[in-house]
Parts: sequence; structure tokens; C-alpha cells
Amino acid sequence: MTSIKKLTRRSFVLGSAGAGLSLGLRLPLGISDAQAQTGFTDEINAWVVVRPDEQVIIRIARSEMGQGTLTGLAQLVAEELECDWQHVTTEYPTPGTSLERGRIWQSFATGGSRGIRESHDYVRQGGATAREMLRSAAASAWDVPASECSIARGVITHAASKRSTTYGQVANAAAQLDVPADVPLKDPADWTVAGQPLKRLDTADKVVGKQIYGADVILPGMLNAAIRQCPVFGGTVASIDETPIKSMPGVKKVVTLENKTVAVIADYWWQAKTAVEALNITWDEGEHAGVTSASIAEFVAAGLEADTAFVGNQNGDAPAALDTAARTVEATYSYPYQHHATMEPMNATARWTEDRCEVWCPTQNGESALAAAAKSADLPPQQCEVYKMHLGGGFGRRGTSHDYVHQAVQIARHMPGVPVKLLWTREEDMTHGVYHPVTQCKLSAGFDADGKVTALRARISGQSILAGVMPQRLKGGADMVTFQCFMPGGDHSIAYSFPNLLVEHAMRNPHVPPGFWRGVNANQNVVYMECFIDELAHTAGRDPLEFRLEFMGEHPRNVAVLKAVAERIGWDTPPAPGVFRGLAQCTAFASHIAACAEVSVTDGELKIHRIVAATDCGYAVNPQQIEAQIEGSFVYGLSAMLYGECTVKDGRIEQKNFDTYPVMRMADMPEVESIVMPSGGFWGGVGEPTIAVAAPAVLNALFAATGKRIRELPLRHHNLSAA
Amino acid sequence: MPKLNVNGNAVEVEADSATPLLWVLREQLALTGTKYGCGIAQCGACTVLLNGAAVRSCVLPLAAVSETDEVITIEGLSSDGSHPLQAAWVELDVPQCGYCQTGMIMAAAALLAEKPKPSDEDIDAAMTNICRCGTYRRVRAGIHRAAGTTA
Ligand code: FES
Ligand code: FES
Repeated sequence: MTSIKKLTRRSFVLGSAGAGLSLGLRLPLGISDAQAQTGFTDEINAWVVVRPDEQVIIRIARSEMGQGTLTGLAQLVAEELECDWQHVTTEYPTPGTSLERGRIWQSFATGGSRGIRESHDYVRQGGATAREMLRSAAASAWDVPASECSIARGVITHAASKRSTTYGQVANAAAQLDVPADVPLKDPADWTVAGQPLKRLDTADKVVGKQIYGADVILPGMLNAAIRQCPVFGGTVASIDETPIKSMPGVKKVVTLENKTVAVIADYWWQAKTAVEALNITWDEGEHAGVTSASIAEFVAAGLEADTAFVGNQNGDAPAALDTAARTVEATYSYPYQHHATMEPMNATARWTEDRCEVWCPTQNGESALAAAAKSADLPPQQCEVYKMHLGGGFGRRGTSHDYVHQAVQIARHMPGVPVKLLWTREEDMTHGVYHPVTQCKLSAGFDADGKVTALRARISGQSILAGVMPQRLKGGADMVTFQCFMPGGDHSIAYSFPNLLVEHAMRNPHVPPGFWRGVNANQNVVYMECFIDELAHTAGRDPLEFRLEFMGEHPRNVAVLKAVAERIGWDTPPAPGVFRGLAQCTAFASHIAACAEVSVTDGELKIHRIVAATDCGYAVNPQQIEAQIEGSFVYGLSAMLYGECTVKDGRIEQKNFDTYPVMRMADMPEVESIVMPSGGFWGGVGEPTIAVAAPAVLNALFAATGKRIRELPLRHHNLSAA
Repeated sequence: MPKLNVNGNAVEVEADSATPLLWVLREQLALTGTKYGCGIAQCGACTVLLNGAAVRSCVLPLAAVSETDEVITIEGLSSDGSHPLQAAWVELDVPQCGYCQTGMIMAAAALLAEKPKPSDEDIDAAMTNICRCGTYRRVRAGIHRAAGTTA
């Protein structure tokens, strides 16, 4: 056994990763030296750096949080660049550099399954223009027309004179050239790198513990902070008694942030956490201290019957048609608050001085994080910088709400020049999230005397995410995002046509802060629509597949995915004895999705045996990563359906950790078969849409198995034993 | 000054005996591959091997670990990422965000040490770690691949 020297906080730097130099991607060192060392030499254009040793560095502005966007975007650039994929690595440009260079990397936003579908054109353009610059550089060195030079895997050849060179050799010359305008992009039919099931670029470090997440940042001389926030949203600090922590080791300071958060700064985080929890804090809980889940449910329910509501989709006159229907069916559904529960709790590391502020953090939007840092630093953004760390999950939590960045910077202002890492406990994380909103939905349908559906009305009532996080995006007070999957067209259009349709939203905003949560409003809206249409099929005594198809004539892509899952599961042949099937389909995040679940219920225990899911995302950039997203979406969606619920008591969230907020684990995981069927001509998202069909496919199968129609989630509150 | 044996190295740390092993590994030994997810033994992100058995280091106080106990973290599982589980993880592209994966691999390593050819039921019972990205299918496949078994 070798003996190693005692390591103290001051005697090591940068985690266990050693001294690497990439621009903040691997190492939290992202300070200006590192930037100077990487520099922008050999930068062909903003997206592509080629090193003399043939290494190709592709710049990625969007954030990698597990969804595979980093690899997918690199594939798109590399496809056009025609470099050797074996030589590709990636790096994140910093938001501060982007600002300085006129937003040359455009948006950093990574949410709404938009990472690829919103940026594919300009990142491919980046690869294509770099390729032409490299070609021109070789051509002019040889004094031949560029059009006579061919390129394959980073090797440029002039066949006539039998000369060839490599990207690495001409990179410096190419970097001096002007970026050409509008180089034509390849037809996706000709792709050889994009469209392939390539391995991710970011796996190796993750299996040896070298991947540095925000929570892992260690900087020289760094201190650590832990916080407590008023348990009731909107409450404030009344008083703090520091006596209990007077003799605690390592404690440096107790600070109050905006009168609502108390932080302890200490040498080590464990000391800070122990101390902050020992403080006697008296809270002024404010006006919401009496709110409960029941009072919220009552408040939301009133919206179902309110006289006025925003209209999201309308054709014909559904209320009149319902009045004259031979038969009506009505049902009310509800969906609870959910927590993102990223495995890595919120954190950020900040260093502040009077003229500069730097932040190292996991974020889904580097530019928003920079804006948050600047605001809290009280400095112009030009004097701030954000180094994006790898995310231990995002799911929407770290996209629009940078509360943890604000706090870290405010804390750092109490320690000028000293980096301070703020890490939330799981308990703080779970009780101070931005929650999947609560809604309820009353659905009504009318049948004529021949059993034909004449009208559908859906009245949604509940919380608006936009009203909470970006009120500037409300339209005349309405939050059009609440109508996801009920819209007349676009990325979230309803895939059914009814003779009369009315979809409305009565906005009811409780005090619990809402946020975008992976899948957003598609999650509950597809439960509402797909379970209700199953109810209608059952009422009409019809096969749920054939019944759906009757209304889907105008949506051939939805028909195609639905038929694909039906065929794969064997819809025309009965399932094994005791096993029952359920279907769901939708259009979400511009992709067309369907699923069929097979379940059984024994002694009140649900078992999900198998799920077949189909996705038409237009173009599939990396099919095996799409499959990973489909599988992950079932885990996220079924966790919500089976267990997910944040309840409110005394104005605060009751669930504090995974013991009271259970999620799916290995033993719950069904077999998932993915059918990736890109039909071309459009770019659909893949990180979120499948979540929407997970719950309704299983709930419909559960109905087939038990005759129980579950309209209130999560499932764990329901007794599934035979009545 | 508590003494530990971590990844074959004798180390001294400065912490009181109630401090969980997790925080000593992360904050004092800079072994940040061992993650914090819950702090209450629920998620498994902090899993390390203690004398070969998988333990959740977030609830293991220093007082319970002596200098003769062998602590192995993800950084010490292999010198070069060549443990069969690590190799299988790379071959199957198991990680998504990756935050839970070091704990998954350590739990799986303990499982394979005890049951070199685990069944699906063995895997369900041993692998209670949480992955919010939803990599369970590939984790299972990775264990089978490393064990040379099929699901
Ligand atoms: S951090 Fe130890 S089990 Fe979750
Ligand atoms: S890979 Fe992200 S939590 Fe498991």
C-alpha cells in the first residue's frame, strides 16, 4: 500500500480530473487563462476548430443534460464538414464570449425538445462553410480551382495532379478566409454521419467518475454554502438565532439573501449544511401559510364551471351540439404537482469582485444564466461570465429559473474574490422547485342517434406556466402553451377532427411556483384526451383503435405511428391470458407519437409487461439515442403516473426526499420496444413527446384489465383490487 | 485525525467522526465521482464498495469506517476504465446525464462479485439505485453483457 499525503481543501484543485485545458467543458477551470490557452486560433468559423494534429473541435451552444443533443449536433456539423468522425471532440463556447461576438452562436436555450430542431440549419451551415474554406485553402495553395478538389474524411485531394493534404495542414490558411455565404446543405438522404446510430461522444468520462458536474466544481480557495429558504413560498425571514452554531467548525459567515433565504458559508459543504440546519430561524410565512392541496383543488375546480375562459381551439358550435346530442358522456380528470427531481440538486459556484463576476453552473440556457449572474452581481453582462458545467439532469428545472445562480452570486458578494459553491440539499431542492402545474379537465362528448360523435368539449382549468415564468409571452392574458396537443395546427396539434370542437382554459394560478417540466402540458393534456377517447370508444362499444382512426383522416402521420404500434404489438390477435392492452397517440414537440401498453393486474398489483412506442420525428439524427430518449421518457412519464405527486399543506410542499416522493426503479421497468420511423420533411423533437403517451397507454390498458377508469393521478392512491 | 484506506491508499482526513464518508471522499479527497443525490440512502448515487460490499456512503459516518476497511470508489474500480462493467457501459452507451451511473456501476460491481451470473430477478433486487433519465433497460443489459449472460 502506498501512502498519500493528506489532501486539504487548499492543496488540490479541480477535482480528480487533473489539469486539462478544454474550455470549461471537462474542467471547471474555465477562467480566462484556460480560454487564452484554447484561444480561437485554428478557428475555421464559429462552429469548427481544426487543430494541426487533425483534431476537429465542434462548438456546441446548447446544453448536454443526458438527452444526447451534444452528439447529435456534432453529427450534423460533422456531416457537412466531411471530417473524420474519429477526430471529433466538442466544446462549449461561453455565453460571455457569445455576447462579445454578437451572439454568433445564437440561442443557448435547451428546452422544449428544441436543441436540434431549432438550430439544425445554422449548425449545418457552420459545417458546410468550414468545409468550403478548407477546400479553398488547399486549392489556392496548389493554385487549382477549388471545384477540382474533392474531400473525404478530412483529406482533400486534387486528383489531376495527384496531390492531397489534410484538414489539419490547411486549417491555419482556411481560418484566414472569409466565411462564404449560403453553401448548399446536403440532402438528408445522402447523410452518412448524421442519421447513423453513432456512440455518444460523452460516455467515457461518465463511467470512470471523471465527468465534472456543477456539484463537483472545486476551485482553489473555494468555500462552500448551504441554504434554507422559507418553507412557504413567498414568506420571509423574521429572525435568526445563531447561538446553536457558534462553536461549529469551519463556519465562516451567516448571510441572508433578499430576506427570504438564509445561507451559511463554511470551509466544507458538510459543515455549512450541518450549521444551516442547526440555526434557529423564525419565518414570517406570509399570506399563503394556510393553503392546502384541498384548497387548491377547490380553487381549480371552480374554473371548470366558470363563465369565461380562454379559447384554444374551436370549430362549429360544440355547446349547442352537446345540447342537442342524443347521448352525452362527461368525465373530469385531474393532474397533480410534480417535481423535476434531477439527480443532481441545484447548485452554482460564483466568484464576485466589484468589477467581475464568474459563475460555474449546470444550466439549460447559458445566456439566461449569464443574465441572472449579471443581475445579482449588479454588473453589466459584459463583466460577467458563465462556464456551463455538465448537468446531472435538467428536465426543464434549469432552463428558465436560475434561482440557484442568483443565490450563489448573492452569497459570493459577501466574500469578494473568493469562489463559493452553493449546493442545495435534496430537501431544499424538492421543497423549492418550479413544479409541473396542477390542472383539471372536464371533457364532454355528444353522440347522435346513430352513435356518431358530434361534439367534443374540453374545459381545462388550472395553472399557467407562462404566467409564472414568462408573463411577457401571454397573449391577451392567455397562455397558449396550456393547449398543447389540443391546438388546431403546429407542433402540438390535436390529431382528431370532430364536427364540433371547443377547447378552453380557465386560468387559476395558486401560489406554488410553476415551471416547464419535461413534456410540459402535453403530459396531462394527452392523458385527458387519450383516456377520454378510450371512454368514448368503450361507450360506443367500439374497438379503441378503429374508433380513433375514424377521426384521424386528416393526420396521416399520426395514423401511421398508431398503426405501426398496433401491428408490432399484434393488435389483431388477442394478448396472453390475463394481459390487456391500451393505446395512446399524439403530436407533441412537432413529432408524431403512439404507444401500446400490455399490462396485467393480479391481487391489485399492476404489472406493465411491455410497451411498444413509435416516433415519427421527421429526420432522425441518431436513432439509437432516440431509442434511449423513448425509453427514458417512459421512465419519466410512468414515474409521474405511478407515484408522482407533490402535495401542499400549510402553504408548503410536503414531500422532501425520495422516501416520500417515490420514482420508478429498475424492478418497475417494463420492456420497451421503440419504432423510430422518420418520414422526412420536418424536424421533430425526441426528448419529451413520448412522455405524453406513457401514462394514457397504461391507464387505458388498466381499464381494459379492471374496468376501473383512473381519472385522478397518481395511481398509487387507487385500489386496483377487483371491486 | 481519522485515517482511511481509499482505493488502496492510506489517507488522513480532517473531519469529525459524524461526517458521512461521502463528503470526505468528495470534499477532502476530491473523489467527486461518488455523487450526492439524496443523503438518506434512497438513491444510490453515493454507492461505494466497503470491503467489497455496496454501501451508501451518504449515511455512513466516518466513525463506522476504520483504517483497515477497504473503501473502493469509482475512481478505484479499475485503473483505466477497463472493468467489464465500464467496458459494457461504453459499448451499450448506457449513461444519459450520467449522474447516477457511477453509483449504478458500483452497485453492479458488488452484485457481480457476489453473483457472477445474475438473473433478472437478482438485478431487480440488487439494483435499487434511482436514475431519473431512465437508463434502467441499458443498465440491465450492461450487467448482463459484463456477466456474459443474456436477459
Ligand atoms: S446520496 Fe446516498 S443514497 Fe442518495
Ligand atoms: S443517467 Fe441521468 S440520472 Fe441516470
